Amino acid sequence: MQKGLDLKAKENEFRELKEFIDSKRDTKGILMQTLHKAQEIFGYLPEEVQKFISIETGMPMAEIYGVATFYTQFTLTPKGEHTIGVCLGTACYVKNAQLVLDKLIKELGINVGETTEDGLFTLDATRCLGCCGLAPVMMIDDEVYGKLEPKDIPDILNKYRK
Amino acid sequence: MAIFRSHVLVCRGTGCSSSNSEKIQKKFEDKINEVGLEKEVKVIRTGCFGLCEVGPIVVVYPEGAFYSHMTVEKVDEIVEEHLLKGRIVKKYLYEGSIDEDALKSINEVNFYKKQKRVVLRNCGIINPEDINEYIAKDGYMALGKVLTEMKPEDVIQIMKDSGLRGRGGGGFPTGVKWSFAAPNKADQKYVICNADEGDPGAFMDRSVLEGDPNAVLEAMAIAGYAIGATKGFIYVRAEYPIAVHRLEIAIEQAKEKGLLGKNIFNSGFDFDIEIRLGAGAFVCGEETALMASIEGKRGMSRNKPPFPANKGLWGKPTIINNVETLANVPQIILNGADWFRSFGTEKSPGTKVFALGGKINNTGLVEIPMGTTLREVIYDIGGGCPNDKAFKAVQTGGPSGGCITSEHLDTPIDFDNLIALGSMMGSGGMIVMDEDNCMVDIARFFLDFTVDESCGKCTPCREGTKRMLEILNRITKGNGKLEDLDTLEKLAVNIKNTALCGLGQTAPNPVISTLKYYRDEYEAHVVDKKCPAGVCKGLLSYEITDACKGCTRCARQCPVNAIEGKVKEIHVIDQEKCIKCGACIEACPFNAIIKK
Repeated sequence: MQKGLDLKAKENEFRELKEFIDSKRDTKGILMQTLHKAQEIFGYLPEEVQKFISIETGMPMAEIYGVATFYTQFTLTPKGEHTIGVCLGTACYVKNAQLVLDKLIKELGINVGETTEDGLFTLDATRCLGCCGLAPVMMIDDEVYGKLEPKDIPDILNKYRK
Repeated sequence: MAIFRSHVLVCRGTGCSSSNSEKIQKKFEDKINEVGLEKEVKVIRTGCFGLCEVGPIVVVYPEGAFYSHMTVEKVDEIVEEHLLKGRIVKKYLYEGSIDEDALKSINEVNFYKKQKRVVLRNCGIINPEDINEYIAKDGYMALGKVLTEMKPEDVIQIMKDSGLRGRGGGGFPTGVKWSFAAPNKADQKYVICNADEGDPGAFMDRSVLEGDPNAVLEAMAIAGYAIGATKGFIYVRAEYPIAVHRLEIAIEQAKEKGLLGKNIFNSGFDFDIEIRLGAGAFVCGEETALMASIEGKRGMSRNKPPFPANKGLWGKPTIINNVETLANVPQIILNGADWFRSFGTEKSPGTKVFALGGKINNTGLVEIPMGTTLREVIYDIGGGCPNDKAFKAVQTGGPSGGCITSEHLDTPIDFDNLIALGSMMGSGGMIVMDEDNCMVDIARFFLDFTVDESCGKCTPCREGTKRMLEILNRITKGNGKLEDLDTLEKLAVNIKNTALCGLGQTAPNPVISTLKYYRDEYEAHVVDKKCPAGVCKGLLSYEITDACKGCTRCARQCPVNAIEGKVKEIHVIDQEKCIKCGACIEACPFNAIIKK
């Protein structure tokens, strides 16, 4: 887990999170939404943020950590500047998404779930993105790239390398 | 109200949006303003048209001109020629929609001809972000009828009579489910819409939510009235941002119009709906896990009974229905149970939406009456496999389903027939595979998925699926033994019989069905150490043919220096050193390297 988040420097972010928690005090079962919000604000869920939620809501830290680690969308480590998600849904898989992923692993020199040393890319293998008509598909941030072939990868990556 | 002579419908479903339909819509609006047609032509964003393969799609009415493969660049010409001068730009039309130079009506296009759109009736027709368009298509009439003319027990009776079965996969009769929850006394009951569409390769629920969100809200309110609930939750995947956004808009507009909230239609009935987001856990599609997740906990399933109808969300009586199931409800109320039974089969009335994908020409969303055969769906609607490849199997039911072979293609699709074939309806993913797909690898792929998604609560699922995956990994790497196949079968039966929830109980299905129908492929992997489809890397060998010109490019690309040969002489791959990465194939300009 990332240590030593500068609490002072993140004062505004914590205030925003507190406002969200305060606005939902009457709503039942709010932990998931709080974690979504926190991740939107901080980009990930460091220990300090989980502690903050624990203190604010009175929920035990163990429960918060349990939920944060159960769901794949929550992350405890910071992500790279761009997140690449290669769809490994069935429709993409039967159309050779694995070869696209292999090419990315080779090009970036990292495995799935890792971030490049320069902090530019994080590589994820995702569940079905629901645009099976474009299979095989990958997303870089919010941009969708469809009908991919491994040879398309270097050019696409270069667009983000500047 | 302004009247327009022409309407330009731009598909803003996920598939088309991913290939730029937002920019296309914007370009249409700008160009129409530029030529001064903004009072005559209206641009409308709609949900999915279904034929995602040829997207982005734009349809211009009143002619019904079906433009496919749209790009921003084509917009100028369409506006100037078609909208301004009334000349349809034929070269940009979808070729399946033209018949001897004349325009076919969309219902006559092969892809749509055999379809019957009940659930998708508004998708691709109305603007999902404007409740008035839904109301104009009889929206909220069913809710009005229920609240002002019917007793809750009458609503349940009509649902029972219709024979509607749960479209999320289980196939449990919806009316019966509601009747379990109705008599339970409680200070609060809940209606949950399960929009946690996790099956890889399935996107029907997403398209309904994106194309016709109000139908789902209306149905939830009807269900609430029937069982005596005043609160509803929609549990939707966070991976579906467009669906979430449109649901938010729909809820807000419905509240403004008094179609949700307090005292709806002055009947004294209150109903409110809240959206809850998932966070990427397949198991949350299972109803008890889903409820745990709404409560803000880890999404782990629990034993049933108690059933949700007795003790559900926060211990209160709850019904959980899938998106597609709910989207049928208002139509059944308006048109009656007999109307609904006029489609489909005796035991599976109505229609079913399938997400057709994989190795098929017309990828997309199709809605067919139950009882249509697989062959009709794959060949007449789907157009068969591309590149003249041979059809091998169709996979239904996602990670819980199985593969169906070509000899069973004439089976009429319904809940019971698919189970008899060792697969299941599932939520509606239908993935077609051709001769290039390895069935052992597909089984491994699904097991890999369930191992990853198992919540870990019960041992058979947590440990059992893992052991099965280890065996499959071994087989696909060429280290399998013949006994492994028996072990797989034994494990599969044990897990099916002992796992806690639906995820574990159905997890072995992909292995069982492929072992049953494609045992020869498994045997080729373990006995001959060959992958007949040429997919499993560990079993492939790369070889250089006579077409080699000795350009040395492959040798320079090989990361392990496994290729030897002199300039202008045929090169050779050292099989001992080769790691089968495929870099040489990519590098060769003469297609001289083959994999066997």
